[in-house]
Amino acid sequence: MISSPWIICPYCDTVYRKPALARHQQALCERCGALLGRHRPLSVDQVLALSATGAILLLFVNFTPVMSINLRGRNNAATLWDSVAALAQGPIAAMAVVAGIAIIVAPVLQVLLVLWVFGFARAARTAPGFAPCMRLLEWARPWSMLEVCLLGVLVSVVKLSSVLDVLPGIGLAALALLSVLLIGIAGRDIRWLWELL
Amino acid sequence: MSDLPRADALGLCLCHGCRLACECADICPRCGSRLHRRKPEALARTWALLLAAMIFYVPANVLPVMYTNLFGKRTESTIISGVIDFWNSGNWDIAIIIFIASIGVPATKFIALSLLLLTAGTGSERARRQRTRLFRFVEVVGYWSMLDVLVVALATALVKFQRLGDIEPRSGILFFGLVVVLTMLAAMSFDPRLIWDERAAIRAGRERA
Repeated sequence: MISSPWIICPYCDTVYRKPALARHQQALCERCGALLGRHRPLSVDQVLALSATGAILLLFVNFTPVMSINLRGRNNAATLWDSVAALAQGPIAAMAVVAGIAIIVAPVLQVLLVLWVFGFARAARTAPGFAPCMRLLEWARPWSMLEVCLLGVLVSVVKLSSVLDVLPGIGLAALALLSVLLIGIAGRDIRWLWELL
Repeated sequence: MSDLPRADALGLCLCHGCRLACECADICPRCGSRLHRRKPEALARTWALLLAAMIFYVPANVLPVMYTNLFGKRTESTIISGVIDFWNSGNWDIAIIIFIASIGVPATKFIALSLLLLTAGTGSERARRQRTRLFRFVEVVGYWSMLDVLVVALATALVKFQRLGDIEPRSGILFFGLVVVLTMLAAMSFDPRLIWDERAAIRAGRERA
């Protein structure tokens, strides 16, 4: 694929020759101080292994309750899907779309797309639809909010535990793991794949 | 420091799709994204989105975001009354988290982006490095404001016991969510390279556009 000997700082437009970075090294812009690049921390195999883990965690995050409550012997559990559906009723349905993208659609897209492009990269091949897939990954990153959701669950636990019995579910543990994992596999660093193929 | 070459002067463009440094053309030769010397109409678009967010910020704070019925006790809470309730019930840590995410972060973004837009618009040369850092900060903190929307969603999904207990979302949360989305879009449409452009270049860019 096309490559360039230059890198351009996205914050101040300064041009540099692409540096060779050793382990734990990062390149900072001299003019504005922005992070320009980091040493690639994970190999293709490692990203692939982590994204397979991510796919399994996704199942737990989406289909097992993140928390449940008890009110005078009556029980009720909620998954992320229930939470999005809860917003869909009534006059604020538009927010269900935003919440659905933030905690379900964007994370699912990220895991599946990383699996797809890195699965082919492992065989030293360019995945079909590689460019749109990578662009979709760039789009999904700012809207993927699992870490915010994690904090939201913790706040809800405190909020409701003053009046009800609240129990964290398996989904909560999976949510915590997946939110960290996603930063590792689908963060800005993923752009190095363009240079690799 | 001023002798560092800038892409614009060399006829190079940075692709926003794949970060390739390439010669300026219509589309990126590597990923096919549209290439721009600067983000199109960055100042006007960012102002528009930011002003819309500021307008929605009013109903977001005035209107109730949640209706709670527990053991027959019915209350409607706004964002700030939720913070005060947490504070009074001794959960000052959660109160501070929600206050920062829901009130502090949007207010910081309004002030920071306005400041960046005003100074970039006039081609100011003051504190360019610090202003660039301020923009990166706005980018990073942006989505944490979604916290309250997700808390309401979770609470609504959980507390469904008809007469015994019930929580419902209220319209304030719609406006609040829109504020978050609009400020995120505003930050995305701003081009931090304008902070570093000389006044003449900004004027020339405007005439070209």
